[in-house]
Formats: sequence, C-alpha cells, structure tokens
Amino acid sequence: MQTAIRGKAKERDGVVTAKILMTHPMESGLRKDKDTGKVVPAHFVEEILCTINDETIYAAYLAGAISKNPYLSFKFKGPAKGQIIKAVWRDNQGGQGSADIEVR
Amino acid sequence: MLLKRRLIMKGLALLLASSQSLVVFAQNIFTRPDKAFESKSQEDVLKALFGDTRVTVSDQIEIKVPEIAENGSTVPVSISAEMENVESISIVVSINNKPLAGNFVIPPRAYPFVSTRIKMGKSGNVIAVVKTKDQLFMAEKPVKVTLGGCGG
Repeated sequence: MQTAIRGKAKERDGVVTAKILMTHPMESGLRKDKDTGKVVPAHFVEEILCTINDETIYAAYLAGAISKNPYLSFKFKGPAKGQIIKAVWRDNQGGQGSADIEVR
Repeated sequence: MLLKRRLIMKGLALLLASSQSLVVFAQNIFTRPDKAFESKSQEDVLKALFGDTRVTVSDQIEIKVPEIAENGSTVPVSISAEMENVESISIVVSINNKPLAGNFVIPPRAYPFVSTRIKMGKSGNVIAVVKTKDQLFMAEKPVKVTLGGCGG
C-alpha cells in the first residue's frame, strides 16, 4: 500500500478547519495474518506535524490504535486564506512524507 | 590540571542527574510521548504523560462518539474542550491493550478540538484527557462495539 497524505482546509468566519486523510495500513502489531497465522508487525504513523509559515499549528502523536487510513481534523485561527499548510508525517518503520494544503 | 578536570566532570554529572526530574515536566511538548504509548493501563498513561494522575471530571469537554459501533476498527471520535489554556488533548481507550490512542498538542493558534477514527478491541469507554496550564480534566463516553476492531 502506497502511503500518501492529502488534505483540505477551509476558512470561514476566521476559523480554518483542516482535514487530513492518509493512506496507511496502521498495523498495530496485534493482528494475525489470516493466511499465514503470523502476527503482522506494527507499522503505523507515529507523528503528524502541521505548520503554516513555520508556526506549528498542529501536532498529532498517534498509536497503532488509530484506524487504518488515518483521518484527522483540526481547527486554528485565521486569517490564513491563500496560505499553505505544510503537513509532515513519520511512521515507526522510517517512512515519511509530506503534503502542502492550501487554505481556501 | 587532572584534578580540576575531574571536579568539573563530577559537577556536570551531578547537574545532569538533578536536572533529570525537571526534564519529565519540562519536556518538549513537540516530542512523541513514546513511554505513554507503551503504557498498559490508564493510570500509567497519565503518569507517563503528565507525571500526575489527579484528573477532574469536567462537563466542559464534549465527546462525540457513536453509541453503537458496528465496526470496532473504525470508531469516529471528536473532542471539544471549552476551558481556557488547553495545551493538549489525549484519547484514552482503557479497554485497549495500550490505552493511549492519540496525544494531540494544541498550540496557541489552534482550537481545542480533535477529530479522528480509532480502533476499539471491544465495548468500552472513550476517555478524553485535557491538559490545561495547571490542571488535568477528563470526560468519558461509552461505545458499544458489535465487531471488535483489533484483530478481527
């Protein structure tokens, strides 16, 4: 499964609501593969950081107990229309990535 | 010369040792609290996160979860806190093997609001722990899970 991160951010009445969706298996390390009977090793996103103009506006630390294909939403104070939120993620197996989210 | 160096090293060692306890509380909030994520009980999670387990139940925390979750592998959770100076919101699921599901830092520009989807191994309470500058608050809501979400 290719890991990707994407998001949307909308400003309304001075409040920006951001929504992030990732594709990631989020294996907690507790699940057994039905075919092999072996425990599937833990593989999950541990950290997502969002900044706007180098200011951190969101820091999420996650466990394998966050659902597969993580969905996250947060809110912060505008004005920010037209600005870019940089979302960066890191998982427990050295995977990482980022996305730019424009505030509309 | 050698003696002076030894004294300086000893002094440094003492300083480091005494500052160890300060580090727990003055921990950089932008660091993943790994130990708390490994903790196996709600109490240990609180101890690892905050060095304290004294929590006040608050009606200023709103938790939105479904009453019944047909699929325990995807339970939507939204938490809003109305008190001032919220620094972090944590989602704890005490019936999970490792109760801490997420720890969310609320920087000054952010609103005390988190929303995500979690796995619940079986029916239990979703607990929101809110840290303000001086206190810890909590609220909880039960979720009935009809199909457990940690291993099928």
